[in-house]
Order: sequence, then C-alpha cells, then structure tokens
Amino acid sequence: MCGIVGLFLKNEALEPSLGKMMTTMLATMCERGPDSAGFAIYGGGDDVHVKLTVRAGSAAYDFEALAGKLSDALGAPVPVVRHDTHAVLAVPKEAEQKARDLIASLGDGTRVIGAGTRMELYKEVGRPDAVARQFKLADMAGSHAVAHTRMATESAVNPGGAHPFSTGRDQCLVHNGSLSNHNSLRRELKQAGLQFETENDTEVAASYLTWRMREGESLGDALRHSLADLDGFYTFVVATEDGFGVLRDPIACKPAILAETEDYVAFGSEYRALSGLPGIEKAKVWEPEPATVYFWKRT
Amino acid sequence: MQAHVRARAGDTLLRETRAVETIDLEVTSLRELNQMLHGLAPGAAEPQFRILNPRGRHAIAVGVDAPTTIEIDGNVGYYCAGMNKQATVVINGSAGVGVAENMMSGLVHVKGDASQSAGATGCGGLLVIDGNASARCGISNRGLDIVVKGSVGHMSAFMAQAGNLVVLEGAGEALGDSIYEARLFVRGPVQSLGADCIEKPLRDEHRAHLRVLLDKAGVGGKVDVSEFKRYGSARQLYHFHIDNVGAY
Repeated sequence: MCGIVGLFLKNEALEPSLGKMMTTMLATMCERGPDSAGFAIYGGGDDVHVKLTVRAGSAAYDFEALAGKLSDALGAPVPVVRHDTHAVLAVPKEAEQKARDLIASLGDGTRVIGAGTRMELYKEVGRPDAVARQFKLADMAGSHAVAHTRMATESAVNPGGAHPFSTGRDQCLVHNGSLSNHNSLRRELKQAGLQFETENDTEVAASYLTWRMREGESLGDALRHSLADLDGFYTFVVATEDGFGVLRDPIACKPAILAETEDYVAFGSEYRALSGLPGIEKAKVWEPEPATVYFWKRT
Repeated sequence: MQAHVRARAGDTLLRETRAVETIDLEVTSLRELNQMLHGLAPGAAEPQFRILNPRGRHAIAVGVDAPTTIEIDGNVGYYCAGMNKQATVVINGSAGVGVAENMMSGLVHVKGDASQSAGATGCGGLLVIDGNASARCGISNRGLDIVVKGSVGHMSAFMAQAGNLVVLEGAGEALGDSIYEARLFVRGPVQSLGADCIEKPLRDEHRAHLRVLLDKAGVGGKVDVSEFKRYGSARQLYHFHIDNVGAY
C-alpha cells in the first residue's frame, strides 16, 4: 500500500503553516502505511551553506559534539539544530564532501540522509502521526514538502527503508508501489559507481534518477526515461529546491489525486488527505494521467 | 424528522413527501450510518437519507438493500455504494476508487468524476457518472448498465462479461480488452481497442437499445444515438482454439 502526501505552496502567506497542513494530511494516511514515515521539507537556507540532515541511532546522541568535530575539521562554524534523532548541520558548500567523509568515518551508525540548500529530511519507524509529533512537523515552515507513510513490501522495516530517499542535493523521491527489476537495475547502477545502503526498491529508483541527472538530464527527462527502465507499479512524487513533480506508471494501479488552487498544488494518495486543505471545495481536483510527468516550479 | 429537500430538475432525488434523515459524518460515525442503513426493513422506501461531510471517507452507504434514496453532499472515498441493492444513491461530488462496485440493482449517480474501477464487477442496476471516469471503468462487468457523460480511462470494460457501457466523450487505451459479452457504445475518440475487442455495426436494434439506456440515465433526446460506435467481442480469445494451443 503506502501513502503519499505533498504540498507545493504558490502563496507565500501560507508558508508558516506548511508543517501544520502537512501534519494533518500525513495523519489521514496512517492506515495506508502504519510501519514508518518520513518527510522532506523545503524551508530557509543561504547561498554559502549546505544543510546536512543527519540521523543518529538514538535520541541521546551528542550532535553538539559532532558539530564541534566538524567545525574543527572544516575550520568554520557549523550551526546545528536538533530534531529528536535527527539534526540539521549547516556546513560550507564547498566542504560538503569533507563533512560527509568525516561523518562516514565515525562508524557509529550516524548517517547523512539528505543534503541541500533548503531541504531537510526526516524519517523514522513508527506510526506516521507519531513520527510527525516526534519531529514537530507542525511547527515547521517552508515552501513545499512531501511525506510518505510506509507499508513495507520490498525490504526491512527500519529507518533506512523509510521514505523519502534523497536523489541528490535538494532532491528527494517518495514512492507508492513496488519495482520488480530493482535487483538487476541496482547491479547496473553499482557498475556505474553508485552506492547503496539498503535492499529497498525505492532507493534504486532514487539512484536511477540521480544517475540520469548526473549524466546531464533534467529531472523531467530522467522521469520520462524511468518509464522505459523501471518495471513495476509506482506513483512517484519528487521534489527539488524549487519544484514538485508527479509520475505514475503506465498501468496506474497506485492511487493519486492532485488538487490545485491559486494558493497551492496538493498531492494525496486519497482525497481524504486533501479534504482539510483551505479552499479544497473550489480546487481543481483530478487524477494524474498514467505515464505522464507533471511538474511545477516556483517562478 | 421531516425535511423538505428540493430535488434538482431531472434527477431522481429525495422526495418531499417522505421523511428525510440528515446524517453529518463529522458527528455520526461511518459505522453507525452503515448499520442504520443495513437496519432498514426490506422494502422500506423511507426514511431517506441526506449525508453531510463525507470528506473522502471510504465505504459510505455500502451494502444497502432497501428501495430508499440516499443523497451524499460532497466527495466520497473508496467503494461508495458498493454492493448496492434497490437503493438510489446520489453523490453530489466526486467518487474514489470502486464506486458502486459489485452493485446488484438500483441507481448510483455520481455528479462529479469517478476514480478507477467504477462499477467493477457490477451485476445489475444503473450507474450514471456525470463527469469522467478514470481507468478500468466497468472492469469485469457482469450485468450493470453504466452511462458516463464524460470520458473513461484506459482498460475500461476489461474482461467485461455482460451489461452495457455507454460513454459520451471518448475512451482511453485498450478499451474492452479480453471482453466477453458486454456491449460498449462510445461517442468520440477511442485511443485504442484491447485484445479481442472490435468495432461492430450499429444497427437499428442497437440504436433503440442505446436510446433506452440514455433515457434511463436522463440524457434524453439531446444526444443523437447515431453518433456512437458499437464495440464488442470478436470471440476469438475466450473459446479454446486448437490453433492457439501453444499459447496456453
């Protein structure tokens, strides 16, 4: 099953309440995916830093100490904001790889799960409404966000298998469905130099898009190519620093509803997820066509 | 409770002369509503029901077996009016997956659009959709009449065995794939026909049959039946054929 919700705001006045609206939307999709949940949210950022969202094994983890280590190694202050088992560390853009290498070398299970100028990414095992409370999603602001509730089919129930998956700086993917050729595709992508952390099919889809974009394609073109190369059932929702996209496989078994008003574009696996949004009664509501890329970009 | 609800012109809606029970799903639980509906005596045409705040909830008015009228104000979730017998269910909004699935008799009328698998495996009665229906409308139909005033999505009438599908504004890919004996009438473009589905001549008896279906759906004389094309089974796929033995 799995559930997806997403919200892309066109009206800046709604940005302070993005997290609150997303929390309500996510809670309606608990039944579609009660085992784990996650979300990516696009808030503030600046031109010189990249925000690394880091997940530790426990809430007791000392992120301040990690920020200190990074600060010493990079020779620059590293502001840290903690959200339960996760923290957002802002490192100078040019030092991203050095920071990642340092965190990887710790060997204590601490992982970078997302990076971007504006994107922050959170995911945990547990009921989706509880996960939203754990990270205080309702208090978060931003321009757009995607969230996922997982009912695991392809790999273990652990935070690594929860969505979203990051596909590159400020890019993420959530998925409802299952891919049948993910093992062979993973082998091919490994040969192309990509690294994998889980046995999860969605991670393969995310890496596939990363690889396509690394080869110079736009996200839209990468999604269009995925129609030929990914075999299985899927509804994908993707987000970039300033964009929001939806793609369904050609059979389109997995549900998807879009709603658009002058203020926002909203996605839900079911209409229930959208029913509490302001002005939904007058929104244009429709089902995205199969094998068709939908994409919105902030202007 | 006696209420007076004015029916919209031309629709089979709540009758003023009968008792109308108004149920707000923000107040009354879905289970309470459905149990109330299941508790109606066989043959009970009242009370009728007006249901408020459906907000996309699933399984509203499923399994009703009484000749009452139920009007739902808003969008509904999955399987609304599933297994319906006798009742008239009117949805003043759009419907989620599987509206009127497996319905047996009566009328289900969606004023907006319907999601995929509308009227799936229906046995009888009439399903009218004023807007568009998405993929697999009338999949595995076993005797339901479906009239869609907009278009239908891909793989509609897949493996449909009996009944009718009438579409006024075109169909998506693979219409009638692996169809048995259901009858399909489409006005407007059909993106492609599925395996073993072919166009057939629209003769006078078919025009007359189509006229009856359109009249039943309240479309009336506004629509010219000669603008439709008729599709059905080539009957090459569902009989065992010795020449195809290698494919089994």
